[in-house]
Parts: sequence; structure tokens; C-alpha cells
Amino acid sequence: MLLIDCPWCGPRDEVEFSCGGEAHIVRPPEPANLSDAEWGDYVFMRQNRKGVHYERWCHGHGCGRWFNVARDTVSHQVLAVYAMGEAPPEV
Amino acid sequence: MARYSIFALARNALRRHRDWPLAWRSPEPKAAYDAIIVGGGGHGLATAYYLAKRHGITNVAVLEKGWIGGGNTGRNTTIVRSNYLHDESAGIYDHALKLWEGLSQELNFNVMFSARGVINLAHDEHEARELRRRVFANQLAGVDAEWLTPLQLKEFCPILNVDPGMRYPVLGGALQRRAGTARHDAVAWGYARGADGRGVDIIQNCEVTGFDIRDGQVRGVRTTRGEIAAPKVGVVAAGHSSVLAEMAGLRLPIQSHPLQALVSEPVKPVMPTVVMSNAVHAYMSQSDKGELVIGAGIDSYNSYAQRGSLPVIEETIQAVVELFPITSRLKMMRQWAGIVDVCPDASPIIGLTPVEGLYFNCGWGTGGFKATPGSGHVFAHTIARDEPHAINAPFTLDRFHSGTLVAEHGAAAVAH
Repeated sequence: MLLIDCPWCGPRDEVEFSCGGEAHIVRPPEPANLSDAEWGDYVFMRQNRKGVHYERWCHGHGCGRWFNVARDTVSHQVLAVYAMGEAPPEV
Repeated sequence: MARYSIFALARNALRRHRDWPLAWRSPEPKAAYDAIIVGGGGHGLATAYYLAKRHGITNVAVLEKGWIGGGNTGRNTTIVRSNYLHDESAGIYDHALKLWEGLSQELNFNVMFSARGVINLAHDEHEARELRRRVFANQLAGVDAEWLTPLQLKEFCPILNVDPGMRYPVLGGALQRRAGTARHDAVAWGYARGADGRGVDIIQNCEVTGFDIRDGQVRGVRTTRGEIAAPKVGVVAAGHSSVLAEMAGLRLPIQSHPLQALVSEPVKPVMPTVVMSNAVHAYMSQSDKGELVIGAGIDSYNSYAQRGSLPVIEETIQAVVELFPITSRLKMMRQWAGIVDVCPDASPIIGLTPVEGLYFNCGWGTGGFKATPGSGHVFAHTIARDEPHAINAPFTLDRFHSGTLVAEHGAAAVAH
């Protein structure tokens, strides 16, 4: 069971949140100029680290806002919570 | 390999069962093999078995970081079926189901395959339409399927609640009669014994820590028990596929999630079939020991922890008690999770990679057990011939660049 520290509401149970997957994926500025391989990589290829994973979460049953989380995928420990648009912190 | 039979049983009974030979050896790894299989689950052991039996490649090692069948092979809910939507899926899953039907004889090992039928329930009009579409698609693809009304469902599975007053009423269901369950451990053990008997080395407690890749060609693997050379390496590592792909410099579209299951205390036979429901998310069958085997959903976030969260179990148990009111006072005995490798289109990846001699078989997600024999059969062909079998040709890694996905979320049964 995760206890996630929402930047606006404080620590809340995981059932209030939904996980939005890998963070920091930037939409290519000119999609029309991409090759099929580059577009496929953008749409489908994902990091799937055993260890620290940077991901997006949404506090859907609370403030409704999105934020980033650095979490260990083995211990499930939440290592850092930071705002959308911020660079991933060293953890 | 000593053959199991009624006579062997009687002979050994007279010797008080003290002289049964070991079912497989525990050899030290050799310096080099003709082929290495990474992952000693059902799929990996089946691959080694068919490499030896069908393709005559017997100088093979199966490397397993823990013990064989200790990952998802020993953690699933043992359901076997082939009622997927698309022709490509019908091809591979029905190929597997046909192998299941003769597997105990093929392996001389009782895998306890029981064609007790699998029912998929519909709880709303849209789902009923989609399920009937799948029934028709199955029939066109030569896969047995039929549509049952709530009353016919009640007759087939008397403990199922079809009361129209339910929160999510049962509007009907699809039945595949050839589908059913099998003994999960026995599948791993049977393939291990069969492969070992043909000369395959099964090496447990041997974790792969890297690949030896030179000039775009795989030359071997690095392991916790030293370096082992081989011109061909097949990776069948389920939830850890992405970790191994990263070691080889490859990217996969896979995400690893925990998928949970639980079993009740044993009771007398009450459940004659397997019932699955996508909408309320629960599925249940009864093991030969009498335990009700219940499958839950995946946790939405990535994890390698082999344990799931309690809210997922709570949701599943609510659904099970609503669908089968008889279970409301049953005690649950054990709960666990396996790490499943989920692909964006809920179909597997079986084939070649950009590295010569390196093959991946992964992305089976929440439903790999049912495919074990078929997966091993076509993956052995892929490794032996260096090209995919016609059955697994659609399941390339390249489909995520070409766009020819095989979208099976509807038939995969576990919501993700």
C-alpha cells in the first residue's frame, strides 16, 4: 500500500490517485517529420526500470492535479515528489 | 529417462518408493552450448524441450535465476483457453490448446489438463455485443465458442448469481468448452524432465547479468556462475524482460506490473467450470484440492516486488461475493503476485531482435500460462531456423513501428 505525499493535499492513500506512467516523455515538436521507427519509439517504447522510476500521478479523488513522483519499483518507496515541468531530482 | 506408468508405480511401491530416479539432473554449467534459454519457466523449458525434440538441438542450457517454475508459471490461476478476437491470436492460442490436449501423453507426465470450459460474462449491453462478436469471430477462425443466456449459465454453473437485481447483472456469457485448467507446476516439471532426458542442462540459481555481444552478434551470456558462450540466446523472462533487454541495448514497449491471485480454504466440489468477468474484474475456478482459485487485477503502477496491493484484492473479493454468494463466509488462505510483462496491444512479442542470434519471447502479460506449449513450440522453431514460424510471424517487435498491432485488450480478460 502506497502513501503518496500530494504536493497540495499532503499524504494520502494510493486509492485516491491514478498512475499516469513514465514521466518526462516530450512530444516531438514536428511529428510529421518523424520516421515510423521514431514515432513508434515515442508512442510505445517505455522505460521499465527495476529500481528508481520517474512517473506521473494524478490526485483524481482529491485536488485533481498532476505531479511527478520518483519511486523505487522494488521497495515501492516514494523517494521524491516534484512538480510537472521540473527536472527529475537525483535520488 | 525412466518411463512413468502403472507398472513403474507398482514396481516402486514394492520398494517403498525409495528408488524413483530424479526427474532431472542439476549439472554444472559447461563453458559453451549451441543455444541458451534465459528463464526456466514453462515457456523457457518448453522451448528447450522442442529444440531438443523437434529440431535435434540438444546441447542446450536453460538458465534460471531462482528455481524452475518459481515465477509466473507457479503464480498464475492455471486457466487455459483460446477464445481471442483476432485470427493471429486464434492461431497461436489455439495451437497451444491443441498441444495441451495431448500434453500429458506427449510428456509422459500428468499435467492434469481438464477441459471443464471457460465462461466470460457480459454485464452490460456493449459488453454483450462485444462478447458475441468475439464468439462469431472464434467460430469463423475454427475456435469453439457459444453464447449462453443467463438461465443457460445458471444451469452450467449453478453457484453463479444471475439475479437481475444485481448491481452489475449478468446479461449472458461466452463459453469455450475445450478450454479449462491445468496443473501449473506439472507443466514446468514435465517439460523439464522431457528436456533433461534429451540432454538439455537445466541450471538453477544462475542469474544472467549481461550479454556478450560483438559486431552485432550475440556470443554468450555473463552469469552469476561465470561466462557461458553460445551463438544463439533465447530470452523468456516474463516480468524481467525489460531488464534483460536493457543489458542487450534494446528497448521494449513492455511495462511490468504485479498481478495477484488468492486461494480459499479447500471445500467440496462446488465450481464445475471457470468463470471470468472483465467488467467487475474477477475470475474463479476450483482446484482439484478443493481450493477456490481467484484471480485479481493488476496494480496500475510499475513494480518488480511480486506482491500486490490490498485495494485490488478488496475490489476482486467484492465482485466474487456478488457473483458467487456461496463464498461470502469462505476463508482465504494465501495471496501472492507475479510480475507480468504487459504489452501496449496485450499480445506477445516472439521473434528476432536487431542483435543477431538473440531472440526474445515476452509481453505475454496477464495470460501467458495458457500459451506455454504453443509459445515454446514456435519459439524453438524461431531459434532453430533463425526465422519465425508462420504462427508467430505477426508477433514481431517491429509491429510497434509498422503499426500492425494485434489488439487483444478485450479478450485478455485482465483490465489494464
